[in-house]
Amino acid sequence: MDITTFTSNKRFQIWGISLLVVLAALATLPQWVGSYYVVLLTFILMYILITVSWTIFSGPTGYMSLASAAFFGVGVYTSAILFPMTGAVLPLPLIIVIAGIISFILGLLVGALTLRLKGIYFAIFTFGLVLLIQRFLLWFEMNITATRGRFVATLDNNYIYYVMLVIFVATLLTAYFIRRSRFGLALQSIGENEEAAAHIGINVTLVKVIIFAISAVFMGAAGAIMASKLIYIDPYIAFNPLLSFMPVLMAIFGGLGQFYGPIIGAAVFAYLQEFLKTEFPFAYMFTFGLVLVMVMVFMPSGLVGMIQRLLASLKEGPQEKSTPSWTLIFSFLFGILGGLVSWFIFRERRGARVHLKVGGVVTIIVIAFYLILLLLAYLGELRSGYFGI
Amino acid sequence: MPRGVPREINVRILEGEGVTKYFGGLAAVSNVDFHVDEGEIVGLIGPNGAGKTTLFNLISASLVPKPGVIKFKGENITGKKPYQICRMGVARTFQMVKIFTNMPVLENVRLGSFFGTLPGMSSADIAREAAELLEFVGLSAMSATPAKDLTLANQKRLEVARALATRPELLLLDELMAGLNATEMAQAMELVKRIRDKGITIVMIEHVMKAIMSVCERIIVLHHGEKIAEGTPREIANSKKVVEVYLGEQADAGS
Ligand SMILES: Nc1ncnc2c1ncn2[C@@H]1O[C@H](COP(=O)(O)OP(=O)(O)OP(=O)(O)O)[C@@H](O)[C@H]1O
Ligand SMILES: [Mg+2]
Repeated sequence: MDITTFTSNKRFQIWGISLLVVLAALATLPQWVGSYYVVLLTFILMYILITVSWTIFSGPTGYMSLASAAFFGVGVYTSAILFPMTGAVLPLPLIIVIAGIISFILGLLVGALTLRLKGIYFAIFTFGLVLLIQRFLLWFEMNITATRGRFVATLDNNYIYYVMLVIFVATLLTAYFIRRSRFGLALQSIGENEEAAAHIGINVTLVKVIIFAISAVFMGAAGAIMASKLIYIDPYIAFNPLLSFMPVLMAIFGGLGQFYGPIIGAAVFAYLQEFLKTEFPFAYMFTFGLVLVMVMVFMPSGLVGMIQRLLASLKEGPQEKSTPSWTLIFSFLFGILGGLVSWFIFRERRGARVHLKVGGVVTIIVIAFYLILLLLAYLGELRSGYFGI
Repeated sequence: MPRGVPREINVRILEGEGVTKYFGGLAAVSNVDFHVDEGEIVGLIGPNGAGKTTLFNLISASLVPKPGVIKFKGENITGKKPYQICRMGVARTFQMVKIFTNMPVLENVRLGSFFGTLPGMSSADIAREAAELLEFVGLSAMSATPAKDLTLANQKRLEVARALATRPELLLLDELMAGLNATEMAQAMELVKRIRDKGITIVMIEHVMKAIMSVCERIIVLHHGEKIAEGTPREIANSKKVVEVYLGEQADAGS
C-alpha cells in the first residue's frame, strides 16, 4: 500500500489537518453540549459510518449490497447475548470486536455465495439475507430460547458516543486507505469491467469477497454498541430492513464520486432524518422519500457533485446560459404539487394547527429545493436535454 | 514437450490437446490440437462463428475446456483462473475492446503492471514502465485522457499496452485490425511485429487476410469449431479446403 503515489502530498496534508481538527472537535464535544446533542451526534456518526462502510465495497464496484441491516443486526444480537441487562459476560470493547469478527465471517460467507450474481440479483439476494436471518432468529427465539425480546445493559450516553467515535474513525481510515491502495484500484476496475480486470491479473473473487467482508466489520461493530442505546431488542428491531436502504440512499444523496460525498450525504441526511422525525413524525417518511426521488432524478452525481459543478460555474461565470427546459418547469410544478399533497396528507392526521405548520414547512422545503434547481439551470448547470428527453 | 525436435529451436510455449467446448449442443470448439512455438506469430482464422474467440477464452481461462488439456510452457494450465493465467505470462485483448473507460489512459496501463506482474515492483517502476508502454504504442500524448474519449484505433492500442504491462510471454490478439482504416491497419501490423521483436510470442485472430498473410509465420484455420488446416501463409493460401470454406468467401467479399 503506497499512499503517496495516489495522493499529491499537499492534498493529503490538507485532509489530514482538517480531519484532526474535526476529530479534536468531536472528541471534546460532550463537554460543551447537552446530552440531546450527544445522542443526536451518536446517531449521525452511526449513519455516516454505516454509509461509508457500505461505500467501501459498493461504491467502486457498483454491486448494490442490501445486506447492511444483516451485519448491523448481527452486531446488535452479539451485544444482546453477551451484554445483557442481567450482567455483561465480557467487557464491552471485546464484545464489539467479536461482533466485528462475526460480521466479517458472515460477510465472507455471503460474499462467496452471492458475489457471482450481477446487478439486481445481487441486491435481491443480499436483502433476502436480512429477512432470512431475521426470520430464523424469530423462530429460534420463540421455539428454542423462548424469549420474545432481550434487554441490553444500558450505558452512559457519553460512553456510547466515544465508542461510536472510535468505530467511526476506524471506518473512515479503513475506507480511505482501501480507496488509495491497490485494492481500491482493483475494486474500481472490477466496477468498470470485471472480465478485463480478471484478465490483467486481478483475483476478482478474492478482492470482492475480502472487501465486502471488511465493510461488514464496521456495521457489526456499530450494531454492537448501538444495542445498548436501543435497550430492548428483538429480531424486528435488530434487523430493520430500512437500515439496508439507508446507506444506499445516503451515499447516492451525497455522491459516490468523491470520498467525502457519502460522508456529507449521510451527515446531512441523518440530521434531516432526526430533525424530521422529532419535529414532524408523520411528515418524515414522506418528505424523506420525496427528497430522495428528486435527488436521484436531478442530482445523479449527488450533493457533492452538484456543489462542485455549481462552484465551477460560479468561478468561470455562467456557461452557455440555457433556458430551463419544459421538463424542468414541469418538475417545478410537480414539486409544488408534491408539497401541497403532503400538506393535505398531514392535515388529516393531526390537529388543525399542527398540520398547517407541518404542511407549510414541507411545502417550503420542496419549493426551496426546486428553486435551487431552477437557479442551477440558469447557471448552465442543467442543460436542456439533461433529463434525456 | 517437443517430440524429436531440438529444444532450443522449437520451444513449445503453448499446447492444446483435444480442446473442446460445447455450448449446449453446439460444439464451438471441437477436439482441436494446436501448438505455438516461442517467438512465433501465429494467425488464427476462420469464418464467423468458427470458434476463434472461444479458443482464446479457453486459453485465457475465461472458459474451461471439456474435455481437453491446455499447457503453457509445458505446465498444464487447464482449470486455472484467468488472473493466474495472466500472472503466468499470458495476456489478451478482446474482440470488443474492454478497457476501463472512465479511467485515464495511463491508469489503465498502470493497472496492468500492478496486478499482472509478480509483486515487488515499486510505484516508480510501474509509472516508468507505463509511460514507456504508452510511448511504444504511440499514446504518450494522451496519457491523461479518459479512455472513453479515445478513437477506436487508440482504444485498441491502449488495450495492447495494458496487456503488455502485465509482462506477458504470450499475447493473444483478438481482431486487432477490425474497424481500422488502412493507415491504422498498417500501424497495427507494424506494432505487432515490434511486439514480437520484444520477444513476445503472438497468436492473433484476424479476418483481414492481407494482415495475416504478411505478419504471421504460421496459420491455423478453424471451421465449425474444428481445425481444418495449419501451415505457412503460402500453404494456407493454396489449400483447396481452406479456399473452399473460407478464402473463397473472403475473395467474394473483396478483402
Ligand atoms: N458464451 C456463449 N454461449 C453460447 N454460445 C456461444 C458463446 N460464445 C460463443 N458462442 C457460440 O459459439 C460459436 C463460436 O463463437 P466464437 O465467438 O468463438 O466465434 P468466432 O470464430 O470468434 O467468430 P467471429 O469471427 O464472429 O468473432 C458461435 O456459434 C457462437 O454463437
Ligand atoms: Mg471472435
